[in-house]
Amino acid sequence: MIGRGRVKLEAALLLAPLLLYIATGFVAPIAAMLWRGVSDTEVPRAFPRTLAALADWDGRNPPGDEVFAALADELVAARAAGTLNAAAGRLNSDTPGLRTVVFATARRLARHVEGSPRAAILAADPAWGEVETWGALRRAGATPTDTHLLAALDLRRSADGTITAVPEEQRLFRAVALRTVWIGYLVTLLCLVLGYPLAAALVFVPRRLFGLLMFAVLLPFWTSLIVRTAAWMVLLAREGIINQAFLTLGLVVEPVQMLFTRTAVLVAMVHILLPFMVLPLYAVMRQIPRAQLRAAASLGAGPVAQLVRVWLPQTLPGVGAGALMVFIQAIGFYVTPALIGGGADQLLPFFIGFYATQTVNWGLAAALSILLLVGTLLILALFGRFLGLAQLRAA
Amino acid sequence: MSAIGRLLWVVLSAATALFLLAPLLVVVPLSFSSASFLEFPPPSLSLRWYEALWQSPFWRQAGLNTLIIGAASTAIASALGTSAAIGLWLAPLPGRRAIFGLILSPMIVPVIITAVALTFAFAPLGLAASHWGLILAHAALGAPFVVVTVLATLSGFDRALLRAASACGAGPITTFRRVLLPLILPGVVSGAVFAFATSLDETVVVLFLGGPEQRTLPRQMFAGLKDTIELTILAAATVLIAASTVLLVAARLLAARSARLASAAPR
Repeated sequence: MIGRGRVKLEAALLLAPLLLYIATGFVAPIAAMLWRGVSDTEVPRAFPRTLAALADWDGRNPPGDEVFAALADELVAARAAGTLNAAAGRLNSDTPGLRTVVFATARRLARHVEGSPRAAILAADPAWGEVETWGALRRAGATPTDTHLLAALDLRRSADGTITAVPEEQRLFRAVALRTVWIGYLVTLLCLVLGYPLAAALVFVPRRLFGLLMFAVLLPFWTSLIVRTAAWMVLLAREGIINQAFLTLGLVVEPVQMLFTRTAVLVAMVHILLPFMVLPLYAVMRQIPRAQLRAAASLGAGPVAQLVRVWLPQTLPGVGAGALMVFIQAIGFYVTPALIGGGADQLLPFFIGFYATQTVNWGLAAALSILLLVGTLLILALFGRFLGLAQLRAA
Repeated sequence: MSAIGRLLWVVLSAATALFLLAPLLVVVPLSFSSASFLEFPPPSLSLRWYEALWQSPFWRQAGLNTLIIGAASTAIASALGTSAAIGLWLAPLPGRRAIFGLILSPMIVPVIITAVALTFAFAPLGLAASHWGLILAHAALGAPFVVVTVLATLSGFDRALLRAASACGAGPITTFRRVLLPLILPGVVSGAVFAFATSLDETVVVLFLGGPEQRTLPRQMFAGLKDTIELTILAAATVLIAASTVLLVAARLLAARSARLASAAPR
């Protein structure tokens, strides 16, 4: 007999490689990225002394001479060291136009400084006389900072520290978050409406049809997401199959624009996620004894009562599991909306990718990631516990 | 159930099944079209798009990359995943729930976050725009599937066999090679099938982390679809559908074998 302690040690040693791998190769990179959502590196690297001098600034009047002196030194030094570009970009993403202000001031100061640093800086660009410019600088230098998280909610901190909504025309992310949840909800609902009867059909269908029906669910399930997206593009394109059929049948006189619409995104997403609804539903329905329906009938329950009072309540765990799986995947969709949707159909993931690559605003990309991940985990924790995820294993 | 309700149910289920299959049923015949446009049904059949696929250096490289990255990431995921599953099954460890959460996290985190985070973390290590970067990323995404399937197979394994092997004088390595592994092999292989399918399907991480040298079939398709839909893409799609069908059949057969093993084992 092997000692229990030794078995535990063996078990731990067998587990360790994968745990280490996931911790270092997966969890740590994600944590490091998310940390960017609450921290800033570009501005502190370029202006450490200016930020230190700004620490006890009141935020109502332009700061004192020592701050101007530090900024004058550090603008010139950062320009020479090559750290100015990143810092100016970071400031510009906070307040559009600050990039030009920073570069112009640094260029002027590098050439010659006349009089006090304050006078020289103000002469280079009068924007340094406004508190909002200094507010932006201070915001971009704090760690941990809520700047990016607030920006991801269309909020910002003004120079004196109060949180306000950004102007109407600059708001974007609340609409994106709402759209993401709304599309996720619609896709989940449509999957349930289409998937429930199909899952029940899988249980009650004659044996020879079962294989075919199961194949119809499993083949798309296994087929690459990009292939299914391509298939919908072929069907929905202007010169695509559906338009060809409509034109041949004389239903329309010219091709209908279907691609790059909200409907197209919904249709493709429902198609891709439907198996995730059908399979858990089927797994739960399969275990309901048929004799219960016969027993209910023999006790005088009509078809509706059998369905509503005997069948439906027992399938609810499957409904919950399927809806959970469809919803959390839907709000994370990237490829399909990118290819099939228009500009107004892009979900939160698209903007994460956009800010990470196109404008290289890592702070904002990370803050949006925090939003998406926290949302996903909250839904999973709330409903997963409520449902008992153990039931999912049956699927 | 009333007659009308039953009819409605049958019609709706059949329509949904058709909705699930139709897109794939359109893509496959179109890929054999002799025409250059999305003419359906195709005017006549030809293999010209498969020829174009085969002769394009881009698509060939993409196919090769897909196989290399898929095979290597599956090997890593299978080895680490099987070992971890045996560890989980062998003894109850403290913090089992947290361990499970950690192992399953690659399945749960939205893939765009994984893609952006790995790009950010791998770039300073020289792993961005490299095959190794993608292999490591896909291995992490595939490993949870291996753990789950192997663990399911192990639940039907009779622990007395381990004691019997030990009593016969077999060391842990011999016991693993001669007793445990042969019996749980269907589970391991079906986990590997899932891991390979995950890599084959994966588009987002490849888009962000891969460079031009790491074009895989999904990435090449994504780039093509952003442009105009050429029928070469549909030929590539059909190749992927064929691959998925093979993997699906393999997974079903293996699941049936695992189930037989589980039902044969005494509880």
